[in-house]
Amino acid sequence: MSIFEYNGSAVVAMVGKNCFAIASDRRLGVQLQTIATDFQRVFKVHDKLYVGLSGLATDAQTLYQRLVFRHKLYQLREERDMKPETFASLVSALLYEKRFGPYFCQPIIAGLGDNNEPFICTMDCIGAKELAKDFVVSGTASESLYGACESMYKPNMEPEELFETVSQALMASVDRDCLSGWGGYVLIVTPTEVQERVVKGRMD
Amino acid sequence: MTGSMDLPAKGGFSFDLCRRNDMLEKKGLKLPGFRKTGTTIVGLVFQDGVVLGADTRATEGPIVADKNCEKIHFMAPNIYCCGAGTAADTEAVTDMVSSQLQLHRYATGRESRVVTALTLLKSHLFRYQGHVSAALVLGGVDCTGPHLHTVYPHGSTDTLPFATMGSGSLAAMSVFESKYKEGLTREEGIQLVAEAICAGIFNDLGSGSNVDVCVITKGKTEYLRNHQLPNPRTYVSSKGYSFTKGQTEVLSTKITQLKQTVEVAEGGDAMEE
Repeated sequence: MSIFEYNGSAVVAMVGKNCFAIASDRRLGVQLQTIATDFQRVFKVHDKLYVGLSGLATDAQTLYQRLVFRHKLYQLREERDMKPETFASLVSALLYEKRFGPYFCQPIIAGLGDNNEPFICTMDCIGAKELAKDFVVSGTASESLYGACESMYKPNMEPEELFETVSQALMASVDRDCLSGWGGYVLIVTPTEVQERVVKGRMD
Repeated sequence: MTGSMDLPAKGGFSFDLCRRNDMLEKKGLKLPGFRKTGTTIVGLVFQDGVVLGADTRATEGPIVADKNCEKIHFMAPNIYCCGAGTAADTEAVTDMVSSQLQLHRYATGRESRVVTALTLLKSHLFRYQGHVSAALVLGGVDCTGPHLHTVYPHGSTDTLPFATMGSGSLAAMSVFESKYKEGLTREEGIQLVAEAICAGIFNDLGSGSNVDVCVITKGKTEYLRNHQLPNPRTYVSSKGYSFTKGQTEVLSTKITQLKQTVEVAEGGDAMEE
C-alpha cells in the first residue's frame, strides 16, 4: 500500500468568473478503517488564500502549521498579505527543501490575486508546481476527479453554478474511491464573501 | 528539535524527515512516485545561433498531470535550458543556476557565457551523484558564439551540434539524423525542431500536447510558446453539463462577508490643534 493511501483524501479546486472553489472530502481513515468523518483538509491562510492538503494527514497538519508560521512572519515584515503566486513559490521551496525525505502531501493552492484574478495551482510532494487555468485535483480519488472535472468544467461560471459543478464532480469522484468520501466540504470565495458549505454524500 | 521552528532554514536540502520515512518504508508503505516530465527535448545549432524545442506534457505515472507545462526554462537573457526527468528537480536546479548567473552578471558586469551555466549545473548534479534527477539540454549564444550542450543526471556533459533528451529522444534523434545539415537557416531550423518534437509527441507515450520552440541568436531571443498545437481537443460537447441551483444536497451553509479595505482619502481637512 502506498503512503498516500494510508489516510485517503480528495481535494479539488476550480476557477470561475472572479471567484474560485476549493473542496475536499471529510474522511480520515487508517487504511481501511474510518476514524473521523469531519476531518479538515482545506485551511485558510488569509481571507483570499486557501490551501488544501491531501496525502498523509499528519504531514498535512504539520505542513499547514509551518506555512501559517511563515505567512505570519511575512505579514509582520511586509505589513500585507501574501499574493497567491508568492505563496505557491513558498510552498514549492519548503517541499523541495525536503527533496530526499519529503512530506507526503500534495498541496492545492487557491487564491484571489491582483484585481481579484483567481489563481490555482497544485504540486507533487517535492514541489513541482503546476499552474492551471481551469481546475486542479489531488488525492487518492485524483484519477476520477480528472475525468469528472474535465467533462463538467466550463469557463467563466458564476459562483452558484461553480458550487454545483464542483460539488457534483467531487461527489461523483469520491463515490468511485473507497478511501475518500463521507461527505464534502466546499468553499466558494468571491471578492466580497466566502461561502462554506457541507455537502451530503454517501457514508460508505 | 525545539529550536527547529524558530528561524526559516538557510537554504539547501534538509534531511530531518529521512529517518521517519525509512521507518514507514520498512513497515511496508511504498514511497510515492514524483511527477516526471516524460518528455521530448531537443536542440540544434543553426547558422546564426541555437534553436531549442520541447513538448508540453507532464506525467504522474500513467496519468497526464499537466497538458501544457513549460519545459524550456530561462537561465539568462541569452541562455535557455530544456529539462527532462523529475519535474521538481529540473525546475529547482534551473532556477538556482539562473539566480547564480544573475549574481555573477552583477559581479562581473558582463553577459553570461553558456559554459558558466554548464559548469554550475554539472558540478551541482555531480555533487548529488545522480539523485537529483535532471537531464538537460542547455543552449545559448554568447560572445564566443552559439553553444549547445546536454547534461546528464550524474553530471556528465556533451557538446553537440544537435541533441535530444528524454523518453522521446530516440524518435526525435531519428528525425535529426536524417535531416540535419550544417548552416541551416532560421526557418529551416525551427521547422526541423518542430518536426523532431512532433515525432516524439506522436510516437512516445511520455510526450504529448504542444510544441514549444525557443530561438536564440546574438542579441535576440524569441520564445515561441505553443508554436504548434497539433492536438486540439475534438470531443467537446456543445451542451456541456448544467446543474440547476439547489441540485446538490447541502447539510449546512456559512457565509462570511470579507472585510472591505478602507480607502484613505488624500487631502482631507487638517485636524484642529
